[in-house]
Amino acid sequence: MALTAMDIYKQLPKTNCGDCGIPTCLAFAMKLAQGQASLDECPHVTEEATAALEGSSAPPMKTVTIGTGDNALQIGGQTVLFRHEETFHNPCGIAIQVNTSLSEEETRERITTACKTEFDRVGMMFDLDLIALNDDDGSLPQAAQLATEVSTLPLVLMSDDPGSMHGALEACGDGRPLIYAAGADNFDEMAALAKEFDCPLVIRGQNLDELYELSEKAGEAGLEDLVLDSGARELNAVLQNQTIVERAAINEKVKPMGFPTIGFTIGNNEVEKIISASELIAKYAGIVVTDLLTRNALLTMVTARLNIYTDPQKPIQVESGVYEIGEPDETSPVLITTNFSLTYYTVEADTSAGNIDAWVVVVDTEGTSVLTAWAAEDFTAETIAKTIEECGIEEKVANKIAVLPGGVAVLSGELEEASGWNIVVGPRESAGIPTFFKTEYEERIAQF
Amino acid sequence: MPLTIPKERWTAEVQTATIGATEEEGGTRTSTITIGGEQTLPFLHFEGETPNRPVIAMEVLDETPTGWPEPLARHYEDVWDDPAAWAQKAVEQFGADLICLRLVSANPDGSNASADQCAETIQSVLEAVGVPLIIWGCDNDEKDNEIMPFCSQAGSGERCVLGSATEDNYKTICASALADGHLIINQSPLDINIQKQVNILVTDMGMDLGDIIMYQVTGSLGYGVEYAYSILERTRLAALDGDKMLQMPMLSIVGSEAWRVKEAWQPEEDAPEWGPLEKRGIIWEVATATLFLHAATDILVMRHPEAVAYVRDHIDEMMSGQPV
Ligand code: B12
Ligand code: SF4
Repeated sequence: MALTAMDIYKQLPKTNCGDCGIPTCLAFAMKLAQGQASLDECPHVTEEATAALEGSSAPPMKTVTIGTGDNALQIGGQTVLFRHEETFHNPCGIAIQVNTSLSEEETRERITTACKTEFDRVGMMFDLDLIALNDDDGSLPQAAQLATEVSTLPLVLMSDDPGSMHGALEACGDGRPLIYAAGADNFDEMAALAKEFDCPLVIRGQNLDELYELSEKAGEAGLEDLVLDSGARELNAVLQNQTIVERAAINEKVKPMGFPTIGFTIGNNEVEKIISASELIAKYAGIVVTDLLTRNALLTMVTARLNIYTDPQKPIQVESGVYEIGEPDETSPVLITTNFSLTYYTVEADTSAGNIDAWVVVVDTEGTSVLTAWAAEDFTAETIAKTIEECGIEEKVANKIAVLPGGVAVLSGELEEASGWNIVVGPRESAGIPTFFKTEYEERIAQF
Repeated sequence: MPLTIPKERWTAEVQTATIGATEEEGGTRTSTITIGGEQTLPFLHFEGETPNRPVIAMEVLDETPTGWPEPLARHYEDVWDDPAAWAQKAVEQFGADLICLRLVSANPDGSNASADQCAETIQSVLEAVGVPLIIWGCDNDEKDNEIMPFCSQAGSGERCVLGSATEDNYKTICASALADGHLIINQSPLDINIQKQVNILVTDMGMDLGDIIMYQVTGSLGYGVEYAYSILERTRLAALDGDKMLQMPMLSIVGSEAWRVKEAWQPEEDAPEWGPLEKRGIIWEVATATLFLHAATDILVMRHPEAVAYVRDHIDEMMSGQPV
């Protein structure tokens, strides 16, 4: 529960000394309650007060870091159950499972493939996050040794055997892998390892009650970086458990549940596992572990994650203006589109794929798609004409000819009038751009 | 028990809707479909009842589709110039719960088929299959208003679903549905307030709450799914919180959205980084459908038979779960 200004005020020295930069303790308390100041700005606050205030103002779900350096992964830190209420923070990590029984060569290959896998979407690169070494033959220490040499991604070490885990943790040095997992049977040993090596630890219960008890016990043992596994291995139970843990953390502030979760793709084949991945991504998983390593499957998972974790308040945008695709010159075509990143980069990718050198005039539509912007009257003859005039495209080309997205063909007449340019209506979908330029464009502009 | 299970105290449940009418009910359907009635968010059996499973409608076009990618086309090529045969295949071989017939041929920019032709197609489909029917116009308001009364009449008494009524165009379709005893799809462009408005307008004309299905426009995975996902979720939350005018079951169009995007059809030569084409579209449709199911969709309109089979299994699994 959020603290009120009065709750905070009670814990302050009430001397109104002003050292915090704010004239009175009450005013400072009000700023704190609104999240506009932090407690350490008051140099006189007592230790007990700090403990009391930080305890109850702590975020409902801990943010946990796995690995170190540039490739470290942060998970958790969620504050809402529904993305429209705010946004989901820290996109869930995708971990590729590698069984330790694979040969050295196979292991190398799998890890390298996972580390190199990336996808270009909306102008950004998206990649995978973790390598999960699964100890299916007791050789986790050797596999961990190899992985630390090969992998650029942080590791999850999966073994129920504390001996194996100890060897693997030694091999990882200070790489801060995630330990999977402490259950009822090996709790003390695994908790001790997490402490000794200062690593985050997965708590696995056979059910929610056991998970709660073990997590509480871990908290009492002073472990702060936990990840939870409710033990469910059936898709509906996974959904229910994930929801319960997330609600307990965020709505009820149940401390032992206030950690990110880990889930596994389940199924007999690729498609079934993708279904379970989609469910986990939508329903609160902090990490999704999968043994799928095909481009198809990973593209789907990475895209689903991007969609679910996009801030619903702010569409991803590009700046309006003139962009170059390839090496356009004064005879190259001019394409018109909106500044929604998805729209712009879809057009860009399709145009480059057709090896077409072109200028792209990007109209500021507040980051909305062609039809949305048209319907909202942000992509009109006037706004497009204004952009054409102001962006400097007129000086770059010899002929005033521009291609309009097929979806807004109705604008072409008005736009010709408003801009003085000749307008060619292009295909509806930008995927048709290469064919359009190969087969129709020359003929169409011959009339001007 | 150390962990208290955090249950929401929802004050209401989703409206139920029954599609199709059997002989006793004045129609000729051999099966009917009941959807809605959820007392909780999707499949949370620990919290409330989900009395009716989400269903899968398979799409049938009333003219031969063009440009369908091969992995999809191969399943329909033998029937796609005959909507009745197509519907039959979808039901008998692919297990469609109902058929979503889209009257694309009526579009004036295309074949501009007449109202009579459309009505005939509807009759032939109703004769060919026993499952209930969704009848969707051609997305041209004027033409839809011209053909819908005839189409509605052609299915009179069958409790079909007519689509779609929008804020600016609901009167003709609503009057037709009322006259012939059908349900109606109320559509809004991803906007809860507009959705509510259409629902109010249509109920003002006399439509029962139990005869309305909401369609708030869908996007595909990678192309707008996140907006539709949240709109579905928000609408369902409002329903469970007691907003009568947002309590109807919801429909999502998955097949045509997913197969339109290039991830689903771009050949491997052009997109080697995306992996083999053979399964890509199926996976794309399946993942899109899964996200919508978990956001609270009651009717999924789908295309690829394999995708349908996978999603049906997933629904089975979700429905057979026990309260944890
Ligand atoms: C997601 C979405 C939204 C999101 C916004 C997303 C965004 N950032 O734009 C939200 C929920 C906010 C929204 C709101 C609205 N929306 Co909206 N929305 C959609 C949806 C589902 C997907 C749009 C999308 O992301 N497409 C993907 C991008 C990449 O497509 P695109 O920009 O068109 O680009 C493609 C082509 O146009 C082409 N292309 C693009 N540039 C170029 C350039 C050239 C040269 C060429 C040749 C081709 C080309 O290639 C691209 C790839 O194929 C569509 C329906 C659908 N399924 O498509 C409705 C849709 C676009 N929305 C619609 C409407 C009406 C609205 C609202 C006005 C509704 C309202 N009254 O509240 C509001 C307006 C918001 C505002 N005031 O700003 C209508 C438009 C109706 C129409 N045809 O006129 C649609 C079609 C839904 C419908 N059927 O009713 N929407
Ligand atoms: S520094 Fe501390 S004691 Fe002084 S006014 Fe600010 S809050 Fe009060």
